Amino acid sequence: MSVNGIQVEGLRKRYGEGDTAVDALKGVDMQVAPGEVVGLIGPSGSGKSTLLKCLGAVIDPTAGRMVLGDEVIYDGGWKVRDLRALRRDKIGFVFQAPYLIPFLDVLDNVALLPMLAGVPNDEARAVALELLTALDVQHRFRAMPSQLSGGEQQRVSIARGLVNRPPVILADEPTAPLDSERAMAVIRILNDMAQKYETAVIVVTHDEKIIPTFKRIYHIRDGVTHEERGEGRGFA
Amino acid sequence: MISLAGRDIAHSWGKFVFTGIGLGLLLGVTLTMAGVYRGMVDDGKALLDNSGADLWVVQKETLGPYAESSSLNDDVYRGLLAMPGIARAANVTYLTMQVRKDDRDVRAMVVGIAPGEPGTPGWPPYLVSGRQITRSHYEAVADVASGFKLGDRLKIRRNQYIVVGLTRRMVSSSGDPMVFIPLKDAQEAQFLKDNDAIWRSRRRTEANPDFNRPGASDLLDAVIASQSTNAFVNAVLVTVKPGYAPDEVAASIRRWKRFSAYTRPQMEGILIGKLIATSAKQIGMFLVILAIVSAAIVAFIIYTLTMDKIREIAVLKLIGTRNRTIAAMIMQQALALGAIGFAVGRITATYTAPRFPKYVLLVPLDSIIGFFAVMVICALASLIAIRMALQVDPAEAIGG
Ligand SMILES: Nc1ncnc2c1ncn2[C@@H]1O[C@H](COP(=O)(O)OP(=O)(O)OP(=O)(O)O)[C@@H](O)[C@H]1O
Ligand SMILES: [Mg+2]
Repeated sequence: MSVNGIQVEGLRKRYGEGDTAVDALKGVDMQVAPGEVVGLIGPSGSGKSTLLKCLGAVIDPTAGRMVLGDEVIYDGGWKVRDLRALRRDKIGFVFQAPYLIPFLDVLDNVALLPMLAGVPNDEARAVALELLTALDVQHRFRAMPSQLSGGEQQRVSIARGLVNRPPVILADEPTAPLDSERAMAVIRILNDMAQKYETAVIVVTHDEKIIPTFKRIYHIRDGVTHEERGEGRGFA
Repeated sequence: MISLAGRDIAHSWGKFVFTGIGLGLLLGVTLTMAGVYRGMVDDGKALLDNSGADLWVVQKETLGPYAESSSLNDDVYRGLLAMPGIARAANVTYLTMQVRKDDRDVRAMVVGIAPGEPGTPGWPPYLVSGRQITRSHYEAVADVASGFKLGDRLKIRRNQYIVVGLTRRMVSSSGDPMVFIPLKDAQEAQFLKDNDAIWRSRRRTEANPDFNRPGASDLLDAVIASQSTNAFVNAVLVTVKPGYAPDEVAASIRRWKRFSAYTRPQMEGILIGKLIATSAKQIGMFLVILAIVSAAIVAFIIYTLTMDKIREIAVLKLIGTRNRTIAAMIMQQALALGAIGFAVGRITATYTAPRFPKYVLLVPLDSIIGFFAVMVICALASLIAIRMALQVDPAEAIGG
């Protein structure tokens, strides 16, 4: 396995202090190779969201080590100064709900990220359009988010997650609101994109329909991960 | 980079335009209030300018004739004319009263002007139509703001006057239109008692054995005649000969004649500093309240608009938007709201100002100050929303 992608070693997260402290992560180990899509499943309260937030650099872990791409981002403490820039440049987020910006059209919702990083508008839009085309929503690029179907919105939000070509995509229940056909389509897209752009993808899910599609699955229980071979059936 | 604020406004322009109009009406009221104050000051200055006087000579130790009642003998002006440096001196009376036309009353300042030719201090300096008063009785020149027209017959006390000329912007310091009538008529109007009062005073005089002596009936007639004429005026308006300083002439009047004499700057000080000072404070208080209300409205609107976007702000932060960009978005929206409000307010004030009964003067300087005040208020009001937006946790976008 290449050193690129995602590497997590001995990651711990404790919420609060003293009597009320909760150890949400108790030493998580995880590797995801570039181009690979792994599932992260576990019962409620097992620490899935906590792990995603640590990897997404929105909460501080308590101990451990995290590597994204070729950069050690955390080793007992943050190794990057600007976490916002880290999120913008290294991590793509896909949420359960699409959370598109309602006042921007589809194209600018996707182009916003490179624009925030200082890419000229035209260039950013060209990249965005390319991704929208890959996700087959390019015909709706001038529409406002409210004018799209749920599946279209989700594809736009995937395009937004991918637009900066991040080495890592973190997807939190991306198929929850979709029917099984659409859910499959989203997973297929994530797999295609992972291969095309050499992205390491973690998909948090409860969704029975998509669990059989993963080649590798991490089970998390009580803040500890167990690796498992998935069925890796691919997608119907 | 695109303008997030601009896109949001374009997307929900209805919300912005409607709240902008609401805010604009409030700002319109604010600008009009400032205009009311400016109008009062301007009315005061017009009053002084139009009197044509360099000096006002009034009863000793009064601030007369506009701020306090003042009474002088009507032959004082002769003595003044003999003093060095004085070009003209003319009696004048001012009396605010109801002027009746048919069954309608108009509150007006009746000005009694001394006989003479146009240019005499106290005379209206120019007419918009008609002519000046030429007869010594029962003619009037009225300001157009009174609503009177040429040829109208007015009733002041018991006498009828015919309007022969019209002026414009001739108003008292409280904004009442002026009606000019001959001095003698005005003195009579100030003094005139009703018939019963005249009759009673005549009976009292007759009953006084000192006046009603047998064999001296002339005496009684003379006393009664003196009781029913008025030899007083409110002020003498003086113009100064070229080459003389009004201050020095005023000083010598005070020294030799034992009257109070005010120069134009002093009179302006009395009008603006004393007469309309209370109104100015009143208006100032209103402006402060309106500023606070506007700030509260902008703060509330921007706060709710931002509240509606909490989720989007969390997402923006999660995907790496800087605080600066988010704060700029909120502040720009507040400023845009202020700009819409100001434009609406300015237009409203411009169209409503002429409809006010008193003169409302919209000064460009007030608009400029107003614009910057609105911008500062909006910027400050947006700080609450900005503070809240910056506290939003990007982890919220990921959920639980
Ligand atoms: N901000 C917090 N403060 C304190 N404890 C927290 C906080 N967030 C989560 N926890 C606790 O940490 C543990 C893991 O929570 P987490 O949200 O990661 O679970 P999850 O696997 O995402 O569950 P679900 O499937 O219900 O979303 C839980 O016991 C939870 O109560
Ligand atoms: Mg969760």
